[in-house]
Amino acid sequence: MEVPILKQHHYLIATVQAALTDADLLHLRDALVQRVGKFRSRGVIVDVTALDVLDSFASRTLRDIAHMIRLRGADTVIVGIQPEVAFAMIQLGLNLEGVATALDLEEGLAFLDKQTESRAVQGRPA
Amino acid sequence: MKAVMREEFSRPLKAEQSRESTDALLRELVAHLRQNRTQLRGEWARRIRDAQLLTAMSEEEVFAEVTSVYDNYVEALETGTFEALQAYARNLSERIIPRGVETREVLGIVLLLRDLLARSLFAKYQEDFDKLNQILDAYEPAANRIANTVAVGFVKERERIIREQQEAIRELSTPVLQVRERLLILPIIGAIDPQRARQLTEQLLRGIRTNRARVVVIDITGVAALDSSVANHLVQTVEASRLLGATVIVTGLSPEIAQTLVTIGVDLGKMNTVGDLQGGIEEAERLLGYTVAPAREAAIQQS
Repeated sequence: MEVPILKQHHYLIATVQAALTDADLLHLRDALVQRVGKFRSRGVIVDVTALDVLDSFASRTLRDIAHMIRLRGADTVIVGIQPEVAFAMIQLGLNLEGVATALDLEEGLAFLDKQTESRAVQGRPA
Repeated sequence: MKAVMREEFSRPLKAEQSRESTDALLRELVAHLRQNRTQLRGEWARRIRDAQLLTAMSEEEVFAEVTSVYDNYVEALETGTFEALQAYARNLSERIIPRGVETREVLGIVLLLRDLLARSLFAKYQEDFDKLNQILDAYEPAANRIANTVAVGFVKERERIIREQQEAIRELSTPVLQVRERLLILPIIGAIDPQRARQLTEQLLRGIRTNRARVVVIDITGVAALDSSVANHLVQTVEASRLLGATVIVTGLSPEIAQTLVTIGVDLGKMNTVGDLQGGIEEAERLLGYTVAPAREAAIQQS
């Protein structure tokens, strides 16, 4: 099942609706990495609230997405990981190291706002 | 060769015979115990009193219990089934454990009854030594099994109660508290075993979700010791919380715990640690953007 990607001002929001196959995940990765340049987005939110399981391939792909998007000049935040899923992931040693996470969409947006703001301050000419 | 074969052939037959005769003897025994019920029961109650067992119970209560134990005992001897006795032992244990009756006492009274009945058999069959021997052969294994059943039932019941209490303590001992909007504290007191660590993590994750927490302060001032497996659980809790978007601050690591953690080489690099609970809450407030100042100072600053 394809994941819809919505453009919301400077951000892209991908909301996962149902369990994803490995191919779906790779498709999501490619679509996000491509569109982040096309829309000149500053941030990407991947919402996984609907997922009951995040296996090693999914975790790795999410991490890859975050790193690739960083290279494309934007920030990524994964939102909505369920408590049970988080617990299971940690047991399996999947800790999404180096990837920003937030409780839900709202928190994710707040995080990206802060992130892009701080980048704007840094990038301001003297 | 021949001799061996004959022996093999005759063995099952022997066993069959002996079982039959055991049954007959047990029937005789039961009849004897039924006949002398009042006298033996009274004697047993008196002996219990003399041995100062079951002191937590009144004389009437002891007598009532003695009567039903006696009847159950005879029934178990008669039928050879122990389910009824087991159920009774469980029920009895449930009633007497809260009153402080000890394992020693329960075992004591069952063994008293066993000895008492053996003595009465001696008295009855003292003329006929062979018969006495046979009857004791039938009586002893059954009686021992009864004593065993009652004692095991009692201990099992005690263990069940202990398990329940442990569970209750565990439930009580891991509160997840909200101190401010978006800020939870989790004070941990007492020993942490892997099971408790797991439960703690689950409770914390649920708390983060329901309270929409962004920062969590875990205070382990009340934890006397940490080993490597528990320390790893703590690291896992921190990582799992991060996946839900919450930052964890650990406070109150005692000097001993700090030393052990460094010595055993647990990687606490990802953990945010602050000296005490106050410092932890202050740090959390800073992360959340709160400024807390005494009312008067704040008024002066404003004016």
